[in-house]
Amino acid sequence: MVYLTRKVEFSASHHYHNPEFTAEENHRIFGKCNNPHGHGHNYQLEVTVKGEVDARTGFVLDIKELKELLTREVLDAMDHRYLNKEVPEFSTQIPTTENLAIAIWRRIDSKLRVAQLHRVRVYEQPDLFVDFYGENE
Amino acid sequence: MKAYLTRRYMFPASHRLHSNALNERENQTLYGKCNNPHGHGHNYFLEVTVGGSVEAKTGMICNLVDLDDCVRREVIERFDHQNLNTLEEFQSRVPTTENLCVEIYNILRQSFQAAHLEKVRLEETSSNSFEYTGGADLRR
Repeated sequence: MVYLTRKVEFSASHHYHNPEFTAEENHRIFGKCNNPHGHGHNYQLEVTVKGEVDARTGFVLDIKELKELLTREVLDAMDHRYLNKEVPEFSTQIPTTENLAIAIWRRIDSKLRVAQLHRVRVYEQPDLFVDFYGENE
Repeated sequence: MKAYLTRRYMFPASHRLHSNALNERENQTLYGKCNNPHGHGHNYFLEVTVGGSVEAKTGMICNLVDLDDCVRREVIERFDHQNLNTLEEFQSRVPTTENLCVEIYNILRQSFQAAHLEKVRLEETSSNSFEYTGGADLRR
């Protein structure tokens, strides 16, 4: 089994707000992230897939396919977007880094033809990242 | 949905590696430059990983502010700009980064209750890092 990781970056804005909470609760729980006008990050995404090395190609998978998949499912949908307003998953969920990692997993897991998705890691900042391994899926 | 959140912190500290169980020559041979009696320092980078269910109402495993407060109060304030050899916890143990990593894990295990502590990773330099999970298998 070999693990392959592809890294891509995208920039997006978001804010945290739960309409079930009062204004005071939203402010207390989400702090600065509750600013209704949003704020942004340069997100770094690392997608790790695993599989056996194909004897004929020497590849776990053709990295070109993974690159195209990430471009289509993640970059085209999220790069330079306002996550709350422009990405359908976040019309009902709060676009935290946790939920972003889960959303990206769901977008790509079923579309990987060759290798198996192992981990989605999303860096919101260089000192903060979330890992999702598809647990409870 | 279970996810894992990692937060990174930095604190500078100094130490000297010297074991009372070894003689002078053995200490010098084993620890080399790190045995310099005057000590030396590092910028330690600490990564704390917690795991848990992502709460539907907040989208969070735990509130980052709570994690930051706990790590700063219990770990950073304790070790930041200190000579590790002078601290109580290193009177009977050598302040290697292995021992410091385990110490930090044990402190956080006791003091942080809002999510499950999965791992402490400590970088001594950009070339050396250490990880402790309390005995669980290391997740890749």
